[in-house]
Amino acid sequence: MSFGPAPWQQTNWDWRAAGNFICGGAGAGLIVLAALSAAGPAFTALMLAGLALVGLGLFCVWLEIGRPLRALHVFFNPRTSWMTREAFTATLLFPVGLAAAAAVPGCAWVAAVLALAFVYCQGRMLQGAKGIPAWREALLLPLIVTTGLAEGAGLFFLTAPLHATGTQALLAMFGALVLARMLVWFAYRRRLAAAAAPGATAALDRAGRTLQIAGTLVPLLLIGAIMAGAVWAAQAPLVAAIAGLAAAAAGAYTKYTIVTRAGFNQGFALAHLPVRGARP
Amino acid sequence: MTRWAMVADLRRCVGCQTCTTACRHANATPPGVQWRRVLDMEFGEYPNVQRAFVPVGCQHCDDPPCMHVCPSKATKKRADGIVTIDYDLCIGCGYCAVACPYQARYKTDKALFAYGEPTQSEAKRHDGARLAVATKCTFCVDRIDAGVEKGLTPGIDPEATPACVNACIASALVFGDLDDPQSNVSELLAEHQHFRMHEELGTGPGFYYVWDKALP
Repeated sequence: MSFGPAPWQQTNWDWRAAGNFICGGAGAGLIVLAALSAAGPAFTALMLAGLALVGLGLFCVWLEIGRPLRALHVFFNPRTSWMTREAFTATLLFPVGLAAAAAVPGCAWVAAVLALAFVYCQGRMLQGAKGIPAWREALLLPLIVTTGLAEGAGLFFLTAPLHATGTQALLAMFGALVLARMLVWFAYRRRLAAAAAPGATAALDRAGRTLQIAGTLVPLLLIGAIMAGAVWAAQAPLVAAIAGLAAAAAGAYTKYTIVTRAGFNQGFALAHLPVRGARP
Repeated sequence: MTRWAMVADLRRCVGCQTCTTACRHANATPPGVQWRRVLDMEFGEYPNVQRAFVPVGCQHCDDPPCMHVCPSKATKKRADGIVTIDYDLCIGCGYCAVACPYQARYKTDKALFAYGEPTQSEAKRHDGARLAVATKCTFCVDRIDAGVEKGLTPGIDPEATPACVNACIASALVFGDLDDPQSNVSELLAEHQHFRMHEELGTGPGFYYVWDKALP
């Protein structure tokens, strides 16, 4: 047993930083799904909604920084900073996404690639935080990417009653993303068992239960029911919307937890204790 | 080349916090901000208990994660190993603070004073440029630079030496040039067993902890 400063929850990044990962990831995922769906008349609205979410996330970050009037300094270090790279990717994503929304040919796919790059930057950004064991874990990157895509797919199907463009293939992809997210989560949680502080793992386990039940089991059951024809065709969009809401909300809660509840540092450690006085 | 480094002799430190006070006085840090801290740690179970006082702060790493993540290039590493922050560039995003494995960085969003209203000294030394940006130990870089310019030797001449080292009542803190094999820190490390904190992270701290004499 030892006494001293135990690891504590970081306080530098709060709900505003979490908002960037939640909204940015979900928005990027929605852009990818919109591009994949070729959602016809709804495509423009979905693309704009995705961009709006990414913008909202970045606005959250802007609220967090101590010197908001210097926000443009964020572009100064593309060589090593994933925050700078995220900012550059977003800068490219907005005009391309708007062009895609305006039906400029080819832009939808470019926007989807940029959205993927954006969510990848977010994962690398968290991973770069070497002071936080739950963030620097290598599996956080695939978790952030799959979570973003699963949330985006969730939002896509949440709005399915409005645009009715969710095909069976997209529904299957939604299920695969939700499942992939869960599998990555299990692996991530297992790897953290020894490295993270007890407070961090306890918070992660609470979020994990929500992710397993509301974020995975419920959507998979509903998706399965739709695909198996156990749901009337007229009700399918509504059921898909419920699945989407569950998947998106559980993902958002998980990311909120990772940033604001599981962000324990590793404290201090001595490799050796001082040897004082006479020796035996 | 020069590589400034600090050594804390854990056998000598008595946890008096004089270094902490000296740092706060030298750098006019606000309440709650301690660029040089001394941890009071206890190990073992009664009756086999051992206590250690551990000075901590910015480790001025060889490969500082805070510098790599900084989006504004406000954090830089000088050729002599000192990691600096340009307060005019910093946007106060806090990314460096979560990237630092040593909890060495602070961000104070509003002016804080010991007794609410600023004392005369606090009012005179308050620096608005340090509000809402990252701050940390600088190894008293201004003293080092001014001292070197005068031909003084940091770590030997008090005028060119970090305030915490000057103030240490037990000579537990030692400062000097790691690249000079004849320097005080090089000789101290050569004659003793030592470690660096969280070395497994590969940051290459410029802060060493002496814990025993060298093996025979």
